[in-house]
Amino acid sequence: MNSKFDEENHILYLEIAEEIDHHTTEKIRRRMDYEITRFMPRKIVFDFSNVSFMDSAGIGLLIGRYKLVKLLGGTAELINANKSILKVLEMSGILKIIPIKQAV
Amino acid sequence: MKSRYDNEMELEFLSRSNNEAFARITVAAFCAQLDPTIEELADIKTAVSEAVTNCIVHGYEDTEGKVKIKATLLNDEVEIEITDSGKGIEDVELARKPLYTTKASLERSGMGFTIMESFMDKVEIHSVVGIGTKVIMKKKIKKQENIEENMEENALIN
Ligand SMILES: Nc1ncnc2c1ncn2[C@@H]1O[C@H](COP(=O)(O)OP(=O)(O)OP(=O)(O)O)[C@@H](O)[C@H]1O
Ligand SMILES: [Mg+2]
Repeated sequence: MNSKFDEENHILYLEIAEEIDHHTTEKIRRRMDYEITRFMPRKIVFDFSNVSFMDSAGIGLLIGRYKLVKLLGGTAELINANKSILKVLEMSGILKIIPIKQAV
Repeated sequence: MKSRYDNEMELEFLSRSNNEAFARITVAAFCAQLDPTIEELADIKTAVSEAVTNCIVHGYEDTEGKVKIKATLLNDEVEIEITDSGKGIEDVELARKPLYTTKASLERSGMGFTIMESFMDKVEIHSVVGIGTKVIMKKKIKKQENIEENMEENALIN
């Protein structure tokens, strides 16, 4: 996972670059929580450009990070999810709290 | 003329989380024989990942055991059986419910069975407490090429 912080707008971009399942979430979670608590962003953006697979473990991961950012007074957004990941996201209802912005 | 197509494979591995990707990729590669669309293949991968993860996370928890997968192809249908010899499920109907999870503290969302059910055509759960759990999932593969071929044939006839 890579991250970029936009200091001017206080936006933290979290660029995930691997398949998201139960095995990989623990490492991704630790990295994300480290970056979030370090920068205290007003908004986090999950960038899915380089994620080819995600199952329900990813839903738990996203909700957990959303709760943390919300606690710090921020919001969350998701970009560039592929078709099959979008299907998992839509089914979970998570897009109501983490809106998706495609192809920016 | 319609010919019958069948094939079968079995897979057995330790309940370690780094086998989750191996399991879903292997099953998807086997199912590719039926010429599924990319979307159908993604559905199968996701459903297998859910069932295998459940064996590892809930079935065996902190212990280690074997996860077994049997995949059968028959004509245009794939049947996938995923089994653990772990602790079993007390109330299967409750476990199937969306958002139901016994491990919320570990950031599980309780969407596993819901995803399996909507990505596959049929999902059966057989479980005995103290003995283990077997999930059987079926999905029909809608042959794209054949539809196109048939359309071409029809065009020629007309
Ligand atoms: N193989 C299994 N052995 C024992 N219990 C299981 C097994 N599979 C599922 N369960 C039980 O059924 C519940 C629901 O499973 P489901 O996959 O829907 O959600 P989850 O695994 O808790 O969360 P998620 O899959 O969203 O990460 C689990 O919380 C667990 O109690
Ligand atoms: Mg699950």
